[in-house]
Amino acid sequence: MSSAMYERMRGNPKFGELVAKRGRFAWTLAIIVLAMFYGFVMVVAFNPLSLGQPVAEGSRLTVGVAVELFMFIFFWVLTAVYVRRANTEFDALTQQIVQEAWKENK
Amino acid sequence: MMRQWISLLGLLALSGVAMAADAVGATEKQATNWHAIIMFCLFVAMTMGITYWAASRTKSTADFYTAGGGITGFQNGLAIAGDYMSAATLLGLTAMVFGQGYDGYIYMMAFFAGWPVILFLMAERLRNLGKFTFSDITAYRLDQGKVRTMAAISSLTVVCFYLIAQMVGAGQLIKLLFGLDYNIAIFAVGILMMVYVTFGGMVATTWVQIIKACMLLSGGTLVMILAMSQFDFSFSKLMDNAMSVHKLGDKLMYPGGLLKDPVTAISLGLGLMFGTAGLPHILMRFFTVTDAKEARKSVLYASGFVAYFFNVIFLMGLSAIIIVGQNPEFFEGGDIGKKLIGGGNMVAMHLAKAVGGDMLLGFLAAVAFATILAVVSGLALAGASAISHDLYARVIMKGQASEASEIRVSKFATIVLGAIAIVLGILFETQNVAFMVGLAFGVAAAANFPVLILSMYWKGLTTRGALFGGYSGLVSAVLFVVLSKSVWVDVLHNAAPIFPYTQPALFAMPIAFLMAWIFSKSDSSVRASAEIEAFEDQYVRAQTGYGAAAASNH
Repeated sequence: MSSAMYERMRGNPKFGELVAKRGRFAWTLAIIVLAMFYGFVMVVAFNPLSLGQPVAEGSRLTVGVAVELFMFIFFWVLTAVYVRRANTEFDALTQQIVQEAWKENK
Repeated sequence: MMRQWISLLGLLALSGVAMAADAVGATEKQATNWHAIIMFCLFVAMTMGITYWAASRTKSTADFYTAGGGITGFQNGLAIAGDYMSAATLLGLTAMVFGQGYDGYIYMMAFFAGWPVILFLMAERLRNLGKFTFSDITAYRLDQGKVRTMAAISSLTVVCFYLIAQMVGAGQLIKLLFGLDYNIAIFAVGILMMVYVTFGGMVATTWVQIIKACMLLSGGTLVMILAMSQFDFSFSKLMDNAMSVHKLGDKLMYPGGLLKDPVTAISLGLGLMFGTAGLPHILMRFFTVTDAKEARKSVLYASGFVAYFFNVIFLMGLSAIIIVGQNPEFFEGGDIGKKLIGGGNMVAMHLAKAVGGDMLLGFLAAVAFATILAVVSGLALAGASAISHDLYARVIMKGQASEASEIRVSKFATIVLGAIAIVLGILFETQNVAFMVGLAFGVAAAANFPVLILSMYWKGLTTRGALFGGYSGLVSAVLFVVLSKSVWVDVLHNAAPIFPYTQPALFAMPIAFLMAWIFSKSDSSVRASAEIEAFEDQYVRAQTGYGAAAASNH
């Protein structure tokens, strides 16, 4: 029973749309996070002194602290952006795909 | 009473605490701390009440392993945060910022950055494919017996090492904070853990984690606010003061010695990021929510709490540089710059005492104890389910076990794991167990994660590839750690390490992926082509959640 359902869902063009859209979105966000995080690790490893500089003359806030604080907030905002889109747009699309497969079943 | 305690502390010559990500070194027993004990007893009474309530709701295997799949995203987010932020996060990272400044903040970023990636690439697939353990996913289309056996072995390896580190840390910490005997502390933790898990299963474990997360977040925030008020809530003023008194001076905010070479830095980053995504007790939490929607929300809340709390800890550590570091009361013999009373890990506790007095100190000590209990309960449940669900029900009984017998086995497994944890905790009392957390993360990153991610994303993975990938990752991660400085030199007392780096992930992970790829590609058996074909259906289920395990009704 399941296998036939899966077959029909796979055949639905909306399934292709869901996979392509969500895949592109998820990977883009993941690559942003990975690139920023490992970029940061590289700076820690190869140019640590740059992180200790103040962001502005006389400021007590250093580049390193500012960059990390930004990453903490930015990464979390990215998760919020993903959850929002996945829980509305992608889930709606998923539901359509499952329902259409059920209808065909009858 | 408290005066007495502090002066007694001063008299006791305390051995230094070997600081590492998750472990506490040897400590001296302290005078009994009644504030902390009373508050901790309140916590235990509350969680016992919940366990009693949970026991009446824990009837099926689904109830036991995943709380019937009925936890909401917000509750699960709190529970994940509670599971993830161990006592070491509070004590170890505060101490690291206190001692090393910016390096501690870098560590926190590495602990945090895995979460968004888990959300984008794994969370919904985990929920859509899994039921009770993560091997439900790896064994979905592969050979049940062999793949589950492998997953159970690597899960139990991770759980055991993590458990030893937590138990030894717990014993040391409780001896220090509560003034209880080490062995009594170990028994208390082990027995409470057994009670929570055997009677209350995942329902009780989840609520212990939720309560503990709330205590940790509120306690930490309160200490941070009280501490920051001494600097008029000005980061500049805080930094001015901190830099003028810290031994690192202006270098306080520069990356320092912890990540001195690129290989270690990258390997640590990989290990923490992908190790998180391979820890069985964390993965298991994804099966407790109703559906993929709630699974995503759990990560959103969990990562929010974790990110927030890390920043609180950063501020706590920095303000402790002045508030604790300049107060002779907290140093042995009243000599600033000498050893801190109770060792390096006591920074957060001293800070609580300095800004909020005995009550806040007692509260934070109770939080630390509760934290350990919550983490070991989660670990024990994950270990027990690897034994009962994977090994007993699926491998030995080949799916023919009744629910009642499976639950019986899991409860029995919990008691055995608890007993093992107590025995190992006592045996390892004087050992430096710092490497064990690294080992747990290393094995999770090199053995669990590659097979898990390949089984979800790569059509070509076959049973043979998964077995070679998983076992080679497991063996190489363990070998690299054993041959590195942290075991070969520090534990086995050899002159020089054979493997030059302390972090295994950068080397063990590629080995696992490469082996999985080679032995899948070269697998031309009939079984392999059937497995590759079965990927299509699995793929549709992973994407749509159709056929996913549903929440049970209550």
